[in-house]
Amino acid sequence: MSSIPTSAEPMRAQEEAPALLALHSLSVCFAGVPVVDAVSLTVRAGECLGVVGESGAGKSLTFLAALGLAPSAAAVSGRARFGATELIGCSERALDALRGRHIGVVFQDPMGALTPHLRIGAQLTEPILRHTGCSRRAARTRALELLEQVRLAAPARCLQQYPHELSGGMRQRVLLALALSCDPQLLILDEPTTALDVTIQAQILALLAHIKRERRLGLVLVTHDFAALAGLADRVAVMRAGRVIETGSAGQVFHTPREPYTVELLQAAREPAGPGGAPGARGAGAPVLAVEDLTVRYRQRGARLRRGEIVALQAVTVAIAPGESLAVVGESGCGKSTLTRAALRLTGAAHGRIAWLGREVGSWPERRLRALRRNLQLIFQDPLSSLDPRLSVERLVAEPLEVHHGELDAQARAARVAAMLERVGLDPALAARRPHELSGGQCQRVGIARAMILAPRLLVCDEPLSALDVRAQRQIGALLDALRREQGMSVLLVSHDLGAVRRGCERVLVLYQGAMAELAPSEALFARPLHPYTRALLAAVPVADPDVQPGRLAQVRLTDSEPAPAGGCAFRTRCPQATARCTEQRPPWVEAGAGRWVACHHFERGADGML
Amino acid sequence: MLGYALRRIAGIFPVLLILLTVSFFVIRLAPGGPFAAARALSGRTRAQLRQRYGLDRPLAVQYAAYLRALAHGDLGRSYSLRDEPVAGLIGAGLPVSAELGAAALALGALGGIALGMAAVLRRGGVIDRALSPLAAVTLALPSFVTGPLLALIVGVWLRWLPVAGWQPDTPRDLVLPAITLALPLIASIARLTRASLLEVLNASYIRTARARGLGRARVLWRHALRPALVPVVSYLGPAATYLVTGSLVVESVFELPGTGRYLVMGAIDRDYTLVMGMVLVYGTLTLLANLGADLLHAWLDPRVRHESP
Repeated sequence: MSSIPTSAEPMRAQEEAPALLALHSLSVCFAGVPVVDAVSLTVRAGECLGVVGESGAGKSLTFLAALGLAPSAAAVSGRARFGATELIGCSERALDALRGRHIGVVFQDPMGALTPHLRIGAQLTEPILRHTGCSRRAARTRALELLEQVRLAAPARCLQQYPHELSGGMRQRVLLALALSCDPQLLILDEPTTALDVTIQAQILALLAHIKRERRLGLVLVTHDFAALAGLADRVAVMRAGRVIETGSAGQVFHTPREPYTVELLQAAREPAGPGGAPGARGAGAPVLAVEDLTVRYRQRGARLRRGEIVALQAVTVAIAPGESLAVVGESGCGKSTLTRAALRLTGAAHGRIAWLGREVGSWPERRLRALRRNLQLIFQDPLSSLDPRLSVERLVAEPLEVHHGELDAQARAARVAAMLERVGLDPALAARRPHELSGGQCQRVGIARAMILAPRLLVCDEPLSALDVRAQRQIGALLDALRREQGMSVLLVSHDLGAVRRGCERVLVLYQGAMAELAPSEALFARPLHPYTRALLAAVPVADPDVQPGRLAQVRLTDSEPAPAGGCAFRTRCPQATARCTEQRPPWVEAGAGRWVACHHFERGADGML
Repeated sequence: MLGYALRRIAGIFPVLLILLTVSFFVIRLAPGGPFAAARALSGRTRAQLRQRYGLDRPLAVQYAAYLRALAHGDLGRSYSLRDEPVAGLIGAGLPVSAELGAAALALGALGGIALGMAAVLRRGGVIDRALSPLAAVTLALPSFVTGPLLALIVGVWLRWLPVAGWQPDTPRDLVLPAITLALPLIASIARLTRASLLEVLNASYIRTARARGLGRARVLWRHALRPALVPVVSYLGPAATYLVTGSLVVESVFELPGTGRYLVMGAIDRDYTLVMGMVLVYGTLTLLANLGADLLHAWLDPRVRHESP
């Protein structure tokens, strides 16, 4: 484990450093409409400028335009100086001599940012060969060095791999290595952690802090999330609708923001929105949803010789009482979505007992399930793709009624649909629109209306807010909250972010690699997490405070960890407390106090070994 | 990759057997039969002929006999072409047809990809703007129109190339037929390449490559072209089918002694053995072309290689 000293050196010394990149009145127009409007910003060597704003604020486009990477339909005006070079109006050839050589860029979407048909080694050596003119051999050595610097677990193997063989976090490390390959003076990071798990996000942010300190390069960190900035940014610029509305040192902007919009963004970062709120009226009776020993196995697709099974979910037992809200939390691939799908009998590969509303439905044929299904409704992460693009909002919301309430005539149906649209805060004028004509928040409202119109007993929310902007997140979170209290329904919330469920849910189930790690009442879990994985998740949640967050990042281990071989505790390769016993024995699922369950040999030791 | 290829090649044989079986029975279901069209035959002669070719036996027996002969490489004798062995007919005609098909395929792929790329490199330029309407016209014109038109212009007026006909070892004779056959391919592939390349150039990894300062040419050739060719390669299967049917027309327009005419002749005369021989040849070619397309696809995209077929 490597840890870095907390950095709190005063930034004054750097104020005098020369500007690396200076944008002056930079504007970008599409068809005459300004999307970036007279933006002026400066980045100095050794300094990190955080640029924050909602999607569509023009923050990414500003820097793309400065680098000549804006779409061809964009009209760019103004000035952008990199050192002594004016970038706007500069030839493609001259830009190519700077890009990758003196300016490195890391884009969002690590899944798509690497060329799929080229091995990592080939992609990594490419800019080195082009810009430094060294030998192939030297480039290869340098590539290996770079992968070590970004702390990949197996750098030599990685060079031989194709992008699709790497996880999102690994790809982001590779992209970072790519951007750093020619020792740039300036590194531009466009939402570098948005698509990643919280734990991976923390690792990447910590790595960036480390790199910034080691290399003394200028950093631009573009993000929608104030919390992601807090550990890194020395200065912050807030953008809204193409304009910079506030700039200042990180301390100023975080502690004494001037603009109400900044306050709103900060608030969103400090207390993440979530459904739930005050506990609903806990009803008596059978659990609305209960699973016992639920296991899901998939046949591995692959060449005949290495065919095997993937256990996506292992012996999960949990029940949701009427009116209760339960959160299922874990990194991507931990089985949280598999759990909801299997519990709702939406996948065939499940074994174990499943009960809905007290009835054992595990062996029921689909036809028989249908009548019960209206009690268990779902809303999805990606609101747009979960709605049929050909149907109007009105038809979309009416459809569940047509299926489950055939007795209603057209008029009664229309009345219910209108009432539901109003309840979820959708303008009746939107009823005739189709999903692609709506914003993300509006689409999610349609999804909620579709689920709620059947007055379900359980609402399953699979990352309902993660695709939305911060402000839409708050609004949708509040709506779900209100609906839950009115209807007294149960909520099953699936999320990768433990911080996001802090406020919302009464109980939390933490999954790791398909198995239960910890189950506890929310308050107890946040006050005293028992499983080291839960602690890792909590430690990874960024805190939107520049006085605290650097210290938290300094605690994060930078190295990527390899998955544990089968047998023993699955978390042992990442666990600071792992002992020989963890390799030999799978930890049992034991009760550890009132309503608390945990699967860890050493849970009694608590949080003494920090992560 | 090798294992994948071997598995796919092994997969061809069952498909071919199904194809031959279905063809064997379907053609016998069609009304009429061999010698039905020959007026002058008396009932007795006809019965003798049927007996001689084994057509009086039960279907199942005929089928078994056919398979047994096939296993020994015997494709049987043509009923209508003076008892010529079908294998001999194919042996004589196939080289011409194969040369024509290969030339047209190469022309179509190279010409189409080049045109598509040229259109993308100069967005809004002459090629880009002319591509779509020209492709539509080319695809709409049947080859029995474009063929004679080309022959008229290039052969009769300009006298650059022979109008029709074929002599052994004179590649000049194949130029016009190959162009005629390739035109629709060029049009389709050019449009596919253009659309696909435009999409790939918008991909996130292209932006990353540009942000590394790799230069326009390298980004295009090394990062964009291979993924952009995936839809083109998927089209090669249907293209092979088109070449088979298209060659029937082109061979007859340019009077080439290929195998295309045998398929038509065989079908009209209910020359069962000849038809079966042609089904075997063209079926194998089509399956091989599809296999080639899949292997190319696996080469273009490593993700395909790592999945099971």
